[in-house]
Amino acid sequence: MVLVFIDHQDGHIKKTSFEAASYAAKIAEVTGTTAEGILIGTVNDNVATLGNYGLTKVHTIADTALNNFDAHVYTKIIATAAEKADVIVFSNNTTGKAIAPRLSVRLKAGLISGAAALPDLSNGFTVKKTVFSGKAFANITVNTPKKIIALNPNSFNVITTGGTAEVVALNITPDEAKVQVVSTDLVKGEVPLGEADIVVSGGRGLKGPENWGMITELAELLGAATACSRPVADINWRPHHEHVGQTGLAIAPNLYIAVGISGAIQHLAGVNRSKTIVVINKDPEAPFFKAADYGIVGDAFEVMPKIIEAVKKLKAS
Amino acid sequence: MKILVCISKTPDTTAKIAFSNNNTKFETAGVQWIINPYDEWYALVRAIELKESDPTTILHLINVGGAESDPIIRKALALGGDEAIRVNSDTSDSFNIATQIAAIARDGGYDLIFTGKETIDYNGSSIGGMVAEILDLPYISHAIKFDLEAGNAVVVREIDGGEETDKSALPLVVSCQKGMAEQRIPNMKGIMGARTKPLKVVEAVTAESYTTIASFDLPPAKAGVKLVSAESPEELVRLLHEEAKVF
Ligand SMILES: Cc1cc2nc3c(=O)[nH]c(=O)nc-3n(C[C@H](O)[C@H](O)[C@H](O)COP(=O)(O)OP(=O)(O)OC[C@H]3O[C@@H](n4cnc5c(N)ncnc54)[C@H](O)[C@@H]3O)c2cc1C
Ligand SMILES: Nc1ncnc2c1ncn2[C@@H]1O[C@H](COP(=O)(O)O)[C@@H](O)[C@H]1O
Repeated sequence: MVLVFIDHQDGHIKKTSFEAASYAAKIAEVTGTTAEGILIGTVNDNVATLGNYGLTKVHTIADTALNNFDAHVYTKIIATAAEKADVIVFSNNTTGKAIAPRLSVRLKAGLISGAAALPDLSNGFTVKKTVFSGKAFANITVNTPKKIIALNPNSFNVITTGGTAEVVALNITPDEAKVQVVSTDLVKGEVPLGEADIVVSGGRGLKGPENWGMITELAELLGAATACSRPVADINWRPHHEHVGQTGLAIAPNLYIAVGISGAIQHLAGVNRSKTIVVINKDPEAPFFKAADYGIVGDAFEVMPKIIEAVKKLKAS
Repeated sequence: MKILVCISKTPDTTAKIAFSNNNTKFETAGVQWIINPYDEWYALVRAIELKESDPTTILHLINVGGAESDPIIRKALALGGDEAIRVNSDTSDSFNIATQIAAIARDGGYDLIFTGKETIDYNGSSIGGMVAEILDLPYISHAIKFDLEAGNAVVVREIDGGEETDKSALPLVVSCQKGMAEQRIPNMKGIMGARTKPLKVVEAVTAESYTTIASFDLPPAKAGVKLVSAESPEELVRLLHEEAKVF
């Protein structure tokens, strides 16, 4: 059996969980077994609809006390559900990164975090993962009977299969949490950067925070998240959670639009897994053009309003 | 208060990434080695700040690695900390490294163990959680703020699309990232002092490796940029819509 951890937030199952479920279902299909989910805590969504992503069964433990996230407590619950699992799949997000390593120790199961592809079963069990902050891949062979994979967000397409999953309540008493969540503060109304399909990002070339209107307007039109280069966050033009790169968030959207960003190697390290990269920079020598798919050599202050107009027209048509 | 900070050695952020031996070895010729930025800028500096606010704090650094780690350990000691421990061991598997750290931590009786959020070469984000599980301790990952209040840790951590404030008793393992502290540069006094601080080298405990690196690949090269004239940005929008089909 392949077990996938179903992560949720604010009462809803995360998009990355659908990717992880689709990935788990694909491994199950290839290895001739079934894929099941484990969902800890409570959600407003109908859990049975996870069948639509290829899961035959979802183990739940619908205890509101478990909406308090403690990696220790979660690990023990998942370990129980994973007794019959050969492979356990997480999304490689902040939740997955907190639990998967613990579970690896508890189950004596080798962990591959940051997986970028399906396992290669031709010679053992080998998974491609991103290393050197997206500048390369390593193929890692897992030597233990049980395997854990934490899948990079946005690196496996959601596959809908139709069908409903059987929902079964896990009959266990969870441990008492040692970590108490005092409060959570979600940035409301914005697309979470790590999950976004499209990201519009600005750099020091924009001269000041007062000029960010064109970034946020284009992002809004495209349903995109906004990001920025490190100096922009460091001088507080933009909030820190928008900082992408080697020392910020690493993202892999379908489309990354970089405006007034030079494309330093440390910036590229966080965005080079984006499928399509668009660069707008007035300097034809800016290193970012070497990593780009499309580009405009020009002044952002002249180019961006025209792009926004064109997108508006397109959306209206 | 006794704190252990886990320090790893990584290639400089501008290092050229290339592989040799039929793509099975990272090519280290010409590579500059640095302290992993998350370990140095955030985990270590925050630990130093805690020691500054309570000078009775004992601050130890640990590295798992060979003698080639010694320069970065000395640099870490120049920033602060009382002594360093290097476990003389191979570093190809996360569980093996975590076992080495846990063995030292178990004997040391630390109240806090800090790691970086991830290494910038292996990008595992694994060691902290593994150490916590081996020692049966609570673990808070992706910390952007850490404070001690009445003997408890109050930690703000990053979550998808926001932040979460957690409270935990000690001992505790924390993985650290941007926000925890501001990068520091070692001063002359620190550099001189670091020369005489103890750097203990201990032999590795026997430990399993759960994984092996089979090979490396470089991503396929980009086809090259398609430039659109600044006079007609609407052409870019058309291409993105019709050719790249991204919106
Ligand atoms: C260890 C380390 C880690 C780092 N980590 C990160 C990281 O995680 N993320 C990150 O982003 N950086 C990181 N950096 C910093 C990085 O090296 C660069 O300094 C930074 O990315 C530059 O930001 P920028 O492109 O916004 O600014 P600049 O380098 O100043 O570039 C501004 C660009 O805007 C262009 N421009 C100016 N005016 C206009 C205009 N009117 N229209 C269009 N274009 C214009 C310029 O031609 C230029 O290319 C790191 C550095 C180090 C040493
Ligand atoms: N060889 C090592 N020696 C000491 N600490 C390490 C070592 N490797 C990793 N760490 C610590 O564990 C963190 C996470 O590493 P990783 O799981 O490899 O991403 C790093 O930021 C370090 O704090």
